[in-house]
Amino acid sequence: MNPDTKRRGDAGSTVRPDTSIRSEGASTSADPGGASGTRPERLWPYLLLGIALGVVFTRAEVVSWFRIQEMFRFQAFHMYGIIGSAVVVAAIGVQLIRRLGVRSLTRAPMQIPGDTFRLPGWQYWLGGTAFGLGWGLLGACPGPIYVLFGSGVTVMAVAFLSALVGVWTYGALRDRLPHT
Amino acid sequence: MIDFLTRPWPWYVAGPLIGLTVPLVYLYAGRKWGVSSTFRDVCAATFPRDLDYFDYSWRGRGTWRLTMAVGLVIGGFLAAATGPTDVAISSATHADLAALGLTDFSGLVPAELFSWRALTTLPGFLLVVVGGFLVGFGTRYANGCTSGHAISGLSALRLTSLVAVVGFFVGGLISTHLLLPVILGGGS
Repeated sequence: MNPDTKRRGDAGSTVRPDTSIRSEGASTSADPGGASGTRPERLWPYLLLGIALGVVFTRAEVVSWFRIQEMFRFQAFHMYGIIGSAVVVAAIGVQLIRRLGVRSLTRAPMQIPGDTFRLPGWQYWLGGTAFGLGWGLLGACPGPIYVLFGSGVTVMAVAFLSALVGVWTYGALRDRLPHT
Repeated sequence: MIDFLTRPWPWYVAGPLIGLTVPLVYLYAGRKWGVSSTFRDVCAATFPRDLDYFDYSWRGRGTWRLTMAVGLVIGGFLAAATGPTDVAISSATHADLAALGLTDFSGLVPAELFSWRALTTLPGFLLVVVGGFLVGFGTRYANGCTSGHAISGLSALRLTSLVAVVGFFVGGLISTHLLLPVILGGGS
């Protein structure tokens, strides 16, 4: 087992990776990979993925403050088409992986969140709204902050640092904020 | 083909490509795709103090996504270097933003608000610094951002993600229709 697998779940948060489906599969199938069970995870696929997404985000203009304004003013279908079709494609992929019990290339367990219909707690209402307030002002969510910096909007470095301060503030106040 | 690569891409090309990311990342090493956790990783790596929230193995849990974030920066550079960045927004949005005082519609973002020079103005400061803070704070409070909740979360049919996305829109609508007119009106 990858020693980090158990720790990848967000300690203290309410979202837990659903490893029950995968661990069942992992224990029943013969594993030629050896005693460790997992194969090493390389980093270059993630670097390539980031580059590809950076190009897509820029070409599709989802990094544009103008496009985000257009979205929040309901004046074009563009952003809704992108998010909607992304969700549909992702959902089909996730359902196929689940139904077919596909294993990952490295044999690490699938961390697909379970579709438990728990009543969402305060953290989703309040945290989501706080994020939305920021998204509406900055016009960029976390991915586009990186992409815009690379595309030459270097002032996004300040937005990045502010976001870090925001994350750190959350880390410091977490016990005092309503979550459930 | 080259022409297509350098022109703006329609939603039905970009959306499915972004959506494919989720199953691809699962298929490679079972990871749930999301970007905002990289902010937490950076905090954990640089300034964890003794906060429980940053007491985890950021190398083990975060190296993959930090690597992806480096790729996002490179991808943004490559795309901007090889194609036009002007955005053809709808005439209605153009008119609304012009009414708020914007005059320069070139580039991916308005330089009047998002540039080092604009950072010293009140509107530029509020949009970048306060906006950035809220994005960071909100995304960890809600435990996900547009990638983690709107795309990864909704694709796994999670009710919590749906609520988070509703929150994203409530907040965005408040910022766009209530805060922005005040911020831009007060600065010009």
